Amino acid sequence: MSKIQVEDINRNIYDIKNEDEYAFKIQKGLNREIVEEISRQKNDPEWMKEIRLKALETYNSLELPTWGPDLSELKMDEIATYVKPKSKLNTSWDDVPEEIKNTFDTLGIPEAERKSLAGVGAQYDSEVVYHSMKEDLLKQGVIYTDMETAVREYPEIVKNYFMKCVPVNDHKFVALHAAVWSGGSFVYVPKGVKVDIPLQSYFRLNSPESGQFEHTLIIVDEGASLHFIEGCSAPKYNKVNLHAGCVELYVKDNAYLRYSTIENWSKNMMNLNTKKAIVGKNAQIDWVTGSFGSKVSMLYPMSILNGEGAKTEYTGITFAGKGQNLDTGFKVIHNAPNTSSVVNSKSISKEGGACTYRALVRIAENAKQSKCSVSCESLMLDDNSRSDTIPVNDIQTDEVEFSHEAKIGKISDKEIFYLMSRGLSEEDAKAMIVRGFAYPISKELPVEYAVEMNNLINMELKGAIG
Amino acid sequence: MKTLLEMKDLHANAGEKEILKGLNLTIHEGEVHVVMGPNGAGKSTLANSIFHNPEYTVTAGSIEFEGENIQDFTTDKIAKKGIFMSFQLPEEIPGISTLNFLKFAKGKMTDRPVKIFEFKKQVEEYMQELNMNPKLIERNLNVGFSGGEKKKNEILQMLVLNPKLAILDETDSGLDVDAIKTVSKGIEMFKNDKNAVLIITHNTRILSHLKVDYVHILVDGKIVKTGDSRLAKEIEENGYAKYK
Repeated sequence: MSKIQVEDINRNIYDIKNEDEYAFKIQKGLNREIVEEISRQKNDPEWMKEIRLKALETYNSLELPTWGPDLSELKMDEIATYVKPKSKLNTSWDDVPEEIKNTFDTLGIPEAERKSLAGVGAQYDSEVVYHSMKEDLLKQGVIYTDMETAVREYPEIVKNYFMKCVPVNDHKFVALHAAVWSGGSFVYVPKGVKVDIPLQSYFRLNSPESGQFEHTLIIVDEGASLHFIEGCSAPKYNKVNLHAGCVELYVKDNAYLRYSTIENWSKNMMNLNTKKAIVGKNAQIDWVTGSFGSKVSMLYPMSILNGEGAKTEYTGITFAGKGQNLDTGFKVIHNAPNTSSVVNSKSISKEGGACTYRALVRIAENAKQSKCSVSCESLMLDDNSRSDTIPVNDIQTDEVEFSHEAKIGKISDKEIFYLMSRGLSEEDAKAMIVRGFAYPISKELPVEYAVEMNNLINMELKGAIG
Repeated sequence: MKTLLEMKDLHANAGEKEILKGLNLTIHEGEVHVVMGPNGAGKSTLANSIFHNPEYTVTAGSIEFEGENIQDFTTDKIAKKGIFMSFQLPEEIPGISTLNFLKFAKGKMTDRPVKIFEFKKQVEEYMQELNMNPKLIERNLNVGFSGGEKKKNEILQMLVLNPKLAILDETDSGLDVDAIKTVSKGIEMFKNDKNAVLIITHNTRILSHLKVDYVHILVDGKIVKTGDSRLAKEIEENGYAKYK
């Protein structure tokens, strides 16, 4: 309970921006030469270069989505797709350049590692700058490294799994991602190995007018388990930045994966991120997601329940303030009998912010005796804000239990009055109510992220009331 | 004796409707006042107008506390001046434990950090006096509390926040005999010669457990008669018919 009691706020730590220093910055826009240049810079093996070039063709052949938030501000020609920071991959925190280190130190990385993590990876702009993992996990055969190293050192694994869970032609930004991806994390947990403390990666985009296209590939082999935490942030620039990451998760039979994310991008970010998990027999994937920053988000993690008895839970919260359009949700495909999914989504909007819960539940004909329960709740802090729920349910068998519950409400003046009568200012009262609304989600987050989330709520509400 | 609350010729609306039509009331330190009246007389409007509830509007007259006009103060500022109001229907606030809420509110009221260990001990002592289940302080504020538990929680908040003037709006309604005794005990614990209590009620049950200085009869938005505790007895026997 103490974790929702944080009152000290310092928005500055998210807005620190360093001088835009880089060793190499590619020309703006996207064409074959650029993709080849990226591939050369990264020393790609031939097969990876081919994936990139094919993806570029796919990218050129696909249209922008015609639904959801307006993406017209995003001018692909103006976005430098690849920025390489002045730092090589380090395994000792001391070797990370001072400036980059200060940024992560301020954000509490790797302080978090010292406290409670099994391993940490930190990505600055397009490259992973820091990676470390606990000794005993190495001995058990756990692999946790940056994606480029994985391509070089574990090509057979990467070839088998890269862009297989998320197909390149899934949508335009996936194709873009596959063409220009850079950085990200690779995790392999061998059969039966239980990683009982979380692994964490932290992505930070510092350069203006650039894109971040990190690739996360996690394979939790049969009977193994893992908790992976992903944190994202960027300082605010006037130019639009693009984040089009891709997360591919493979949860093998009887395995367990918990994937926690806090996305706190700056308010000029187009966050068009794609995340999917393929889940085996009696295996389980749990998603815990907090989406706060960005100008536009289109983010719909998907669980594909392919094995009998597979399970998934999605717990997500979205907070849209002024000028933000956050279109988020969850997709689940029940492809086998006795599969189950539980969705608990909450959204908060204020000062004209828009939250949309866009979801898909598909239960295939063979997925008999499957269960799906969806609950989404929205809280609007004023009359200007928007909240929509757009569920698509495609249920092809009768032998299922399915429930969908949606609640949209305004913050209660009676509750605010009650709290103010106890000496709380209007903003304290609202923040307390919002934290209470968010609590079922925040309690699922790792403690330092729950603290960060409450800080963000407080910070957001400070600005809301004059 | 220092004057705490002074309301002069107060007119107030609940929504669009005029409810208070020229109410006068003065409360000094050390006093216990009771405002009684039939349903719809303006009892709740009285409490809510003092507290600047946005659902109510003061249209004329004045409200002063310790000589200061508090009409334009926000609700939290009024609370910080030292006025407390117990609610008829306390709100449920999920996501914060009762103890953490009390600690947070106490910190806001006093503008000083609260020492949690001593504070918790004090809260637990009060709860024992109020026959409250000690586990309630770990539960979210009022969430899933019974009606009686919520009312006792209001009295607990009054004791913890220790205001100069406590306004108890229908605190006794819906309580059984034992709970009324407990609530009265809480009020007696709170009461001293530097503070004051204003009890707003439509029945006289709570008064048999409390020492009362003044009883006011509120009918149709005005105080029509003021007396001592014998006036409450008279109402108990004859009702309000005579004053309507």
